[in-house]
Amino acid sequence: MSRISSDSLKARLLRTPLRRNILGALIGLVIVIAVLESVGPFRQGQFATMAYLGIAVGGLTVLTGLNGQLSLGHGAFMAVGAYTTALIVHDAPKLLPLPVVMLLSMLATVVVGAVVGLAAARLHGPYIAGATLALAVAVPGIASFFGDTFGGEQGLSVAQPTVPAWFADAVYFLTAHDVSSSKYLAYLGWFGLIVTFVLLGNLSASRMGRTWRAVRDDAVAAEIAGINVGRARVTAFVVSAACAGLAGSVMVMVVRLAAPSGFTLTLSLSLLTAVVLGGLGSLVGALIGAALLTFLPQTITGLGLSVGLSDLQSAQLAPFAYGLTLVLVILLAPAGLVGTIRDAWHRRRSPDAPAIHHELHPKQETMQ
Amino acid sequence: MQQLLTTSLAGLTLGMVYAAFALALVLIWRSTRIVNFAQAPMAMITTYIALLIVDAGIPYWIGFVAALLSGLVLGAIIERVFIRPVEGKPEMNAIILTLGLFVVINAVAAIVFGSHYRSFPVPFGLRGFEVGDVTVALTGFDVFSICSVVVVMMLLLALFRYTDVGLKMRASAFNQEVSRMLGVKVTGMLTLGWALAAVVGSLSGLLIAGGDLVYPSYMDSVVVYGFVAAVLGGLDSPVGAVIGGLLLGLGLSVVSGYVGSELVPLAALSILIVVLLVRPSGLFSHATARRV
Repeated sequence: MSRISSDSLKARLLRTPLRRNILGALIGLVIVIAVLESVGPFRQGQFATMAYLGIAVGGLTVLTGLNGQLSLGHGAFMAVGAYTTALIVHDAPKLLPLPVVMLLSMLATVVVGAVVGLAAARLHGPYIAGATLALAVAVPGIASFFGDTFGGEQGLSVAQPTVPAWFADAVYFLTAHDVSSSKYLAYLGWFGLIVTFVLLGNLSASRMGRTWRAVRDDAVAAEIAGINVGRARVTAFVVSAACAGLAGSVMVMVVRLAAPSGFTLTLSLSLLTAVVLGGLGSLVGALIGAALLTFLPQTITGLGLSVGLSDLQSAQLAPFAYGLTLVLVILLAPAGLVGTIRDAWHRRRSPDAPAIHHELHPKQETMQ
Repeated sequence: MQQLLTTSLAGLTLGMVYAAFALALVLIWRSTRIVNFAQAPMAMITTYIALLIVDAGIPYWIGFVAALLSGLVLGAIIERVFIRPVEGKPEMNAIILTLGLFVVINAVAAIVFGSHYRSFPVPFGLRGFEVGDVTVALTGFDVFSICSVVVVMMLLLALFRYTDVGLKMRASAFNQEVSRMLGVKVTGMLTLGWALAAVVGSLSGLLIAGGDLVYPSYMDSVVVYGFVAAVLGGLDSPVGAVIGGLLLGLGLSVVSGYVGSELVPLAALSILIVVLLVRPSGLFSHATARRV
């Protein structure tokens, strides 16, 4: 970033990553309010889904893109967050305000993430992939086995949250609309997403983010430069797991059920698809990926029905598209959607510059 | 006592099947440094091919051989079309690619064959042998499973040790550049390696399916167990993979028999984590520690 001092308002607003991110967050907030107020309850539910997927994908993209660790177990961390929320809300409904429940769920996931992260920090490449794959397969079994606590295969149901009066008043004051429960959840999810993304964006631009990138690019060189490689890997893992925990917490309130069948390997792999599609390490890409995960299945299932496939067959078209996306992105555009577009943009601006080969490593210094 | 015997015999059979799957992973890892997570759905597809043939009224053994042959072809195609472009690229590319194939093949199978459960036939009885008045929980099919895996291992051993092709394959895995200079067609050897691995994987798929239910994701947990078994043996060592598979099979069978089958994946995860933390190079690997 240029340090040339300029008095123009634009330059001042964009001077530090923090200001840029907060500005972006405010713009995002306005868009969120505008969109959520203009769509019906069904779309609000979809946007709530997109919010929790976005939070999880954002966390995963930081881990994979900035720190070079691949996790196939983020669905399991979502399960930890979801079950924590479900247990709290199930046992003592309305005792704690929802944001506190969400924070507690994040904390629980942080603990689990730290344990797994400590193990993963010593591993590389296929070993992390295999270990987190095992995690994704193992966690639903725990919920089934301890059925008395976690409700077994049926899972734990969660009551619809009540909208706090102050929140309803505030929204009514701003938009003159009433707040339904599903709209409240969508707001809650998107507030969570915006806060998460601002924090992740700052973290990425901070000393810690640089440490993560250094470890990703060359662990030995980073260690020689005085970086504690193990600690950097564990912190990245914990931050990422915390995001997944928050996502799980929102998810369980949206779908109102925490059951083992909701946290299969497919969930973890679809999160990975969104990350790879968006371009590793890009938060904008994470949002695009989450949008596709939310809105694509319905479209593509409808497409399948219209060409004469049965319900069950059409339902499989979405995972098919996810898998195909993973394969095609790796073979054709390893930098992902955002990275590829950015490359093309840079090449157009300076045609003489050599093409940047990403090899799945995003080059941008901060995330928007 | 009876339960311990039953558990150990079940573990032995299961262990042999995991060993076969782990062996398939190790074969590919040795030649291309890729862990083929798509091995599970590849084996699933070939098992479905066998099932279609048997359901059409054709004898089991023709279906069995057809599954292995289609594994050979599938392995070669996957290596040629999908894996070749990512060889020598960062390891994350290959991992994501094989996971993508994993999802694609699972979804295709669900669309083509349907996602309902179908029972898979067995060529032998599913009743245990009777010794005196005690029924030993070892069925004809279990014996067949163990024998077939042992035979395949012997064949692979013979191939690698006594044949020209085997020597070339070992050379390609050991050092691609030098092998190429000595006139070995390394790319062909890599394709052959993937094809053979897919055959071994298909065998494990057929053995898991025998007398049990088949559905598109029935191999998903096996890839985890196979991976754990391979890591237990050091990922680099075929002998290690076999011993790792047996140990894991026995261990998981004990967990399943005495604690609960829901916790089997968790037990596998715990074993994996402990092995990786205590002895990351595996129990039987003689590879030197790599720092970079």
